Amino acid sequence: MARPRRPLFLRPASYRQRRLRDAARLLPVLGIALFLVPLLWTPSDESGGVSNSGALLFVFGVWTGLIVAAHVLSRILRLDAGEDRDEPP
Amino acid sequence: MILTFNILVAVSLGYVAMLFAVAFAADRRARAGRGGWLRSPLIYTLSLSIYCTAWTFYGAVGYAARSGLEYLTIYLGPSLVVIGWWWLLRKLVRIARVQRITSIADLVSSRFGKSPWIGAVVTLIAVAGVTPYIALQLQSISLTFAAFIEGMDGGMDVDFVALWTAIGLALFTTLFGTRNLDPSERHHGIVMAVAVEAVVKLFALLGVGVFVVWGLGGGIAGTLARIDASPIPMWQGEGGRWVGLTALSAAAFLTLPRMFHVLVVENDDDRHLAVASWAFPLYVLLMSLFVVPIAVVGLERLPEGSNPDLFVLALPISEGHGGLALLAFLGGFSSATSMVIVATIALATMVSNHIVAPLWLSVRGPDEVARDLRGTILLARRVSVAAVLALGYVYFQYTGSGVALSSIGLIAFAGVAQILPAMLGGITWRGATAKGAGAGLLLGAAVWAWTLFLPSFGTAIIPQPVLDQGPWGLAWLRPRALFGIEGLDPLLHAVLWSLLLNAAAFGLVSILTFPNPLERLQGAQFVNVFDQTGPARTWSRSGAEVEDLLVLAQRVVGHETALDLFQAEAEEQGKSGHLPDATPGFLQRLERELAGSVGAAAAHALVGQFVQGPGLSVGDLMAVADEAAQILEYSARLEAKSAEQERTARALREANDKLTQLARQKDAFLSRISHELRTPMTSIRSFSSILQEEGLTPAEARRFAGIVEAEAHRMTRLLDDLLDLSVLRDGQVTLERQEGTLAEVIDRSLLSAGALKGDLAVLRDPAAEALPVVTDLDRLAQVFINLVSNARKYCDADRPELRIAVQRRGPQVIVDFVDNGSGIPAPEREVIFESFARLSGRRAGTVAPSGAGLGLAICREIMSLLGGSITYLPGQGGAAFRVTFPQGVAAAAAE
Repeated sequence: MARPRRPLFLRPASYRQRRLRDAARLLPVLGIALFLVPLLWTPSDESGGVSNSGALLFVFGVWTGLIVAAHVLSRILRLDAGEDRDEPP
Repeated sequence: MILTFNILVAVSLGYVAMLFAVAFAADRRARAGRGGWLRSPLIYTLSLSIYCTAWTFYGAVGYAARSGLEYLTIYLGPSLVVIGWWWLLRKLVRIARVQRITSIADLVSSRFGKSPWIGAVVTLIAVAGVTPYIALQLQSISLTFAAFIEGMDGGMDVDFVALWTAIGLALFTTLFGTRNLDPSERHHGIVMAVAVEAVVKLFALLGVGVFVVWGLGGGIAGTLARIDASPIPMWQGEGGRWVGLTALSAAAFLTLPRMFHVLVVENDDDRHLAVASWAFPLYVLLMSLFVVPIAVVGLERLPEGSNPDLFVLALPISEGHGGLALLAFLGGFSSATSMVIVATIALATMVSNHIVAPLWLSVRGPDEVARDLRGTILLARRVSVAAVLALGYVYFQYTGSGVALSSIGLIAFAGVAQILPAMLGGITWRGATAKGAGAGLLLGAAVWAWTLFLPSFGTAIIPQPVLDQGPWGLAWLRPRALFGIEGLDPLLHAVLWSLLLNAAAFGLVSILTFPNPLERLQGAQFVNVFDQTGPARTWSRSGAEVEDLLVLAQRVVGHETALDLFQAEAEEQGKSGHLPDATPGFLQRLERELAGSVGAAAAHALVGQFVQGPGLSVGDLMAVADEAAQILEYSARLEAKSAEQERTARALREANDKLTQLARQKDAFLSRISHELRTPMTSIRSFSSILQEEGLTPAEARRFAGIVEAEAHRMTRLLDDLLDLSVLRDGQVTLERQEGTLAEVIDRSLLSAGALKGDLAVLRDPAAEALPVVTDLDRLAQVFINLVSNARKYCDADRPELRIAVQRRGPQVIVDFVDNGSGIPAPEREVIFESFARLSGRRAGTVAPSGAGLGLAICREIMSLLGGSITYLPGQGGAAFRVTFPQGVAAAAAE
């Protein structure tokens, strides 16, 4: 009679959860990086500067992207928010 | 539609009345326990929208018209904080729940050893920072009224609008925000009203935006073309301000008292944060979406020199859309009012808990304190609400309306941001000390006041020469160029130096000083809030009299809450009744419960007055040490196990004691009963033999026969009682199901017990008593009669008084009978419900007891048959009995 096989490393589900938490932690970092891009622009009122509508669309575009990503992550993370303890560092 | 001033006032008043109705209805629903949906993630997210004040509603357009994209920094900062909830917000919310935090001042003071000083400093900074902010809201309301009036004849003076708005808001806030001292410090009515206002302002701004883009701008493509052609450059190359303001708004989002209140204190589920993490950024994105189109189209169409802060309102007015203008007005009005309401509640809580309560505690002795703490705190809150609004009004009058809305808001942001280093350091760094936090806060606040707040009054406080050359000619102290570094933007200059010096002082002093034990303990609890196996203890041993603590708790959190808390704890410890042992764990829980009402520092001081001995022992400090964590967890498990065994043992011991006592009582009962029966028997026998003798006068014979009859009566009554008791005990009793009101039963009982003619004053509550009940009313009346006649017989006060209090809790009806006599001494409370338990040796000088001592025993049997109970209620100032029974008869008891 074969003994029940133990998973090789960790249970995939909890491993996936932890990586998703990592993603949730990294999302604001990504946001900060993208919102720093305007620092590289040439002012709109100088020649060759970023166009008004272009600047506006960029910021709102990044913002919308972050909201969508946060929405997806929160839906998954909410399921295990009841679990109290963080993983040990 | 022609708008007149009267219509405007009528609409505002109608809107405010609607808010009152919403808040009132939500409060009622929550109290009736049907408020589940009031606590949904949606309502939570909407309540966060008080971040968007009148500044957002009107000021953002003005900001965009002046500085292009920069207005977005105010929303990007908070969006990033909320999107990164897993980093910080989750921890804050958890800490606040575990520690029963009531405000940001409470959080910081609690972290640094429940220090009252730190709490007071944070409170003062918050008051100084938020006052301009409240002034800003008043200013925006008065500006919008002025904008409407401009087009009307008469040219009325609208200064009084701000004053009346402030008065109306004070009224609303006092009504719904300070009605009671809720241990959880949550306000359903207010949160609901804020959520409604959130929808109104979003709808209004989107309405104006849609009108501008599709009505005036020529669709999306047309509007984008106009934006490209407009004279305002969107990106003006101010990289420093872009980064600095984003960071500043992120900091203010966490430290503004009103944001902390809705974000952390009113939160009751971690999972709401997950929803808010995307829904709140979405909300602010929608709020800022149409700002640039409105600014661009406004600059194009409105006459030169119009105030861009009012474009949202001026565009619909100039295009002749009165309805839309009214909607925009309401949107701005709700932005301003919701912010002011929540901000004043948050500030009032802080002022009463961290300034009034500690002062009160320090000037009063412990006995006096407990007497009216609750009333004092409520009063303090109401006065603080009025004072905060008055301050805002004064600031508004002082600065005049010349300043742009956005610059006032940023002054406030920079002020409250001074709390950030202490807060962040406190929850992430165990080494942070109270002295460090105090140094950082004071230095930061001083620099902020010198470089930003005081100069905002123009030259009224800081004269021009000081601005130019520095005080006493010290050039390096110039408010606009500290340390001689010139050429910085004034706001960035102030933010940079104040936060830098604040954080540096905080870190440096923390490193150089030692925390006291309580600080270390709290530090460990805050930093490792997710790893707690159980709450650490701050009270090691105690000489506390539990009954004193009960009296204290009743005065702070309220009568019923305190009794419930003590009863639950007693049950946990395996004891019956309302008085648990004063274990360190219990004292800790009690302190937290009190902290929910009066803040951590005051609660600690209050409990400290009743507990002797040092607050912390070496063993407790061991718990702080990281290295011991593993051993600790293991021993905690052992401890839990042994605590459970101890509980079981205690319950067993109690049961055993009771059994032994019962056996002894059985014997006593037999001898007692023979004695009780023999006494009347003896007199009957002797008087009947006298009656048989010759030579008695008829009068004598009648008298002796009378005595014989009376004794026989007494015997019959005793036998009746005994029979009653034994029948009740066997459970062979048929209950009659009757309907009636409690008032009828009490009336009947008072009449039968003769309480109406005696000198016993009965205090009743007719409103509460009009309660329909279905049970065996005759049996219930029997219990009441017993309790009333006991009070008549035994209450030894000069003016005996009996208070009958009725309340309903779920399906249970609770009736308390409380007299003002000397009560029953603790050791005898255990036995009063046993047969023949007339208390010996007490109340000398009162009427000798005439009953057989079966009354309460019968009461207890009856109540258990009715599916209820009767218990002695300690800590009420006299003898007090609590009768509990189901409002509808229990099916099992009625056969």
